[in-house]
Amino acid sequence: MAPPLDIAGFSVLLLLALALLAPLLRSVRTLQIPLAFSLGAAASLAAVIAGVITVADGSVASATLTLGIPGLPFHIRLDPLAGFFLVVIGLVGFFVSIYSIGYVKGYGGVRSITQMICFYSLFLAGMLLVVLADDAYFFLVAWELMAAASYFLVMYEDERAENRRAAFLYLLIAHVGAIAILLAFGVMAGQSGRGGFDGYTFDAMRTAHLSSGWAAAAFFLAFFGFAAKAGVIPLHVWLPEAHPVAPSNISALMSGVMIKTSIYGICRFAFDFIKEFPWWWGCVVLALGLISAVMGVLYALMQHDLKRLLAYHSVENIGIILIGLGLSMIFASFHLPTLAALALVAALYHTLNHAMFKGLLFMGAGAVLHATHERNMEEMGGLIHRLPWTAALFLIGCVSISALPPFNGFVSEWLTFQAFLLSPALPHPLLKLLIPLGAALLALTGALAAACFVKVYGVVFLGQWRGHQKPERIHEVGPSMLGGMLLTALTCFLLGIFPTWVIAWLDTIPKQLCGGRLAESAGKFGWMWLTPLSHERASYSGPVVFIGILAVVAVTWLLLHLRATRVGRVPIWDCGFAKLTPRMQYTASAFSMPIRRVLGFLFAVREQVEIVPQTNHPAMPGTLQYRLRIRDRFWNWLYEPQGDAAYWIARQVGKLQQGRIQIYLLYSFVTLIVLLVFLG
Amino acid sequence: MTNTLAAQINSLLAALILLTAFALLAQRKIIALVHIFAWQGFFLALSTAVIGFASGEHHLYISSFLTLGMKVILLPYILYKLVHKLKIHRDIESVVNIPTTMLLGIALVVFSYHLTAPIRELSNLMTRSTLAIALATVMLGLLMMVTRRHAVTQILGFLAMENGLFFAATSATYGMPMVVELGVALDLLIAAFIFGIFFFHINTTFDSLDVDQMAKLKETD
Repeated sequence: MAPPLDIAGFSVLLLLALALLAPLLRSVRTLQIPLAFSLGAAASLAAVIAGVITVADGSVASATLTLGIPGLPFHIRLDPLAGFFLVVIGLVGFFVSIYSIGYVKGYGGVRSITQMICFYSLFLAGMLLVVLADDAYFFLVAWELMAAASYFLVMYEDERAENRRAAFLYLLIAHVGAIAILLAFGVMAGQSGRGGFDGYTFDAMRTAHLSSGWAAAAFFLAFFGFAAKAGVIPLHVWLPEAHPVAPSNISALMSGVMIKTSIYGICRFAFDFIKEFPWWWGCVVLALGLISAVMGVLYALMQHDLKRLLAYHSVENIGIILIGLGLSMIFASFHLPTLAALALVAALYHTLNHAMFKGLLFMGAGAVLHATHERNMEEMGGLIHRLPWTAALFLIGCVSISALPPFNGFVSEWLTFQAFLLSPALPHPLLKLLIPLGAALLALTGALAAACFVKVYGVVFLGQWRGHQKPERIHEVGPSMLGGMLLTALTCFLLGIFPTWVIAWLDTIPKQLCGGRLAESAGKFGWMWLTPLSHERASYSGPVVFIGILAVVAVTWLLLHLRATRVGRVPIWDCGFAKLTPRMQYTASAFSMPIRRVLGFLFAVREQVEIVPQTNHPAMPGTLQYRLRIRDRFWNWLYEPQGDAAYWIARQVGKLQQGRIQIYLLYSFVTLIVLLVFLG
Repeated sequence: MTNTLAAQINSLLAALILLTAFALLAQRKIIALVHIFAWQGFFLALSTAVIGFASGEHHLYISSFLTLGMKVILLPYILYKLVHKLKIHRDIESVVNIPTTMLLGIALVVFSYHLTAPIRELSNLMTRSTLAIALATVMLGLLMMVTRRHAVTQILGFLAMENGLFFAATSATYGMPMVVELGVALDLLIAAFIFGIFFFHINTTFDSLDVDQMAKLKETD
């Protein structure tokens, strides 16, 4: 079999070729969409194969491509860390490509399909190249390719000003981040002790010996840049703007994998380049992770736009991943390799899991959007009757993201908790006291996420239809969309049932990055039982829990159905009201009301209640209007002052521009005289 | 002709160039300005030829002929045609009145002498004493552009400035390399064409060649 690096290279080349040939594919008309996205799926699958082999073998392969500027070749390298992210990107890319065959059809005749195919392939290729790149130059080229392609995809439905604004905001924050990353590479290369352009390879950065100040500068510049891409609070504002307006297959890719490339970047910088770092770096990462997790889920609870809500959940889940990474960095800085490995595995596992269930949820949201043309949850309801398959698959996504067994979200969050609970092993009294408090916040996050998805599922799929159009016109989505979602849901399930195998597979990454191994202790009791460090401390068995759940369901079903009684169906008792209407149901806003009351100080909430009397008597109200507006406080705190300052400076500078030629000439004249006086 | 004589003739020509520069500042009638500009070009060409003869740098003759052709005949002719076509006779009231402009000009000349004093000490070229005047001509041209409001006078100020630069080059180093001078001459010709086009456009858009009208183009918020 071909070496993994070749397979990965083939995958990238296939995608690039697809982007180039997309205009030619137009001639095959009806076959254009299936053909293009099948090729995309094939390329993604190749990337998965390359990644799986690399991680399993723990092999490292590198190559130099003599492309680009002479004397500045591109380097690529495939090590287990890169391989793992290839798997994440490839898996989601594969599922989403299958899903896209059906989803993109909806745009046929309305919008340019060629444009979608072209940028879709470039976007996937860019993400693959980001993890394959082995020098700063190529990395940034790939990073920008990814950013630019996704910008055009967010802009896909560009006739609405809202979309253009969101895309611009995304591009702006992505570029602020890219500048920070560029500076971080600059610091690394400058301090690597090699002259000229030699310092720009990752190899030079691995062997560089940085003083602690420069190392901190490099790491935090890079962290800032990656955090902007990942949507860590307070740099998250682009996520809830850009994700809802992008086509849903793109949202799934952006939220599922694109933001994960920044996790890759942070791992690369911390564990691969710098290696030796003080414990407070990990604390910063951990603190930001905790803030993102809690705030992200709270903001998500307040939303009633389905995709916006999911975007805020991405902020939350990036927070959970960063918690794992932060803990791992703290353990690594105190030279506790096994614990560091546990936390790192938890973070990587959650990265993979989040890619799966967030991809599934965005695809589900896309299916709902496709069927109902509606994004506002307040206008939905009862879709379980119209979209039974989508509803079932969406439920799996909800259960996974709410971290409930037997699905995958539970395993990685449980591992993160294990890492938290082992923090008393740290030889630092303050950390010993404070870090377990973070576990409480993580628990809060999990509970709030579950509440949020009870709301989502209850409002969207249960109850009765609230919208304006006739519910009879809503139809289940096509087989390719269901197929994509089904495969993703199946992966969620398998990742939740067989964590031991996944950890055994992942084991080469912590071995290379922090010197610890986990698989031996985790898999001591066979594939059934996951025992992270020792079975006395904690153990979990996915299969047993699953069988238990199955048994309970089966017993209940049997108890209900064994007695040969007929179940009569009658209308629901309406508590004496004349008629039950869909408007009497709980709404999404009403569901999140208690939390809004308790934690309202964290948001900029504006509630307006207006009673329009029908007659002149106040005891006879006519209609009651309730308006609720929730804004991200970070806009007022962080972004608006900056925007205002920029405008103020621009206005002051603008005063120089009088529009009169003499004044401009006078500027040059005075400058000339002043320079002559001082330098003459 | 000895070098001293050449230096003296050159000084005389430099004085005449400075005189024409001041005349440009003082003159209001546009046709007269074009004439003065042609005279300045003539003195410049003559000075270049004298320097070329005295120093033995024969490529300066070509520069001299170019100057004569461009700045004495061609450009004044173009401007003359333009002024007639657009029926311009008098300049618009300048921003600063003429006596004040002249006083500013004198201050600039003194300043130039002050600036070039150290160079005069170092150089041993026969033209070293005229460098101050060359610099003064540049500054006077710029001053003219700043103070006048008419587009044509601004162009004349610009061309006078270019004369000053050319003079500075010949007096400081016996001229720039041939290629550069040819390039500059060509640039000047093209500039004149572009100015001509702009004049027409400004004139048709604003019904005037007063550049202050262009302040209307500024965006206001």
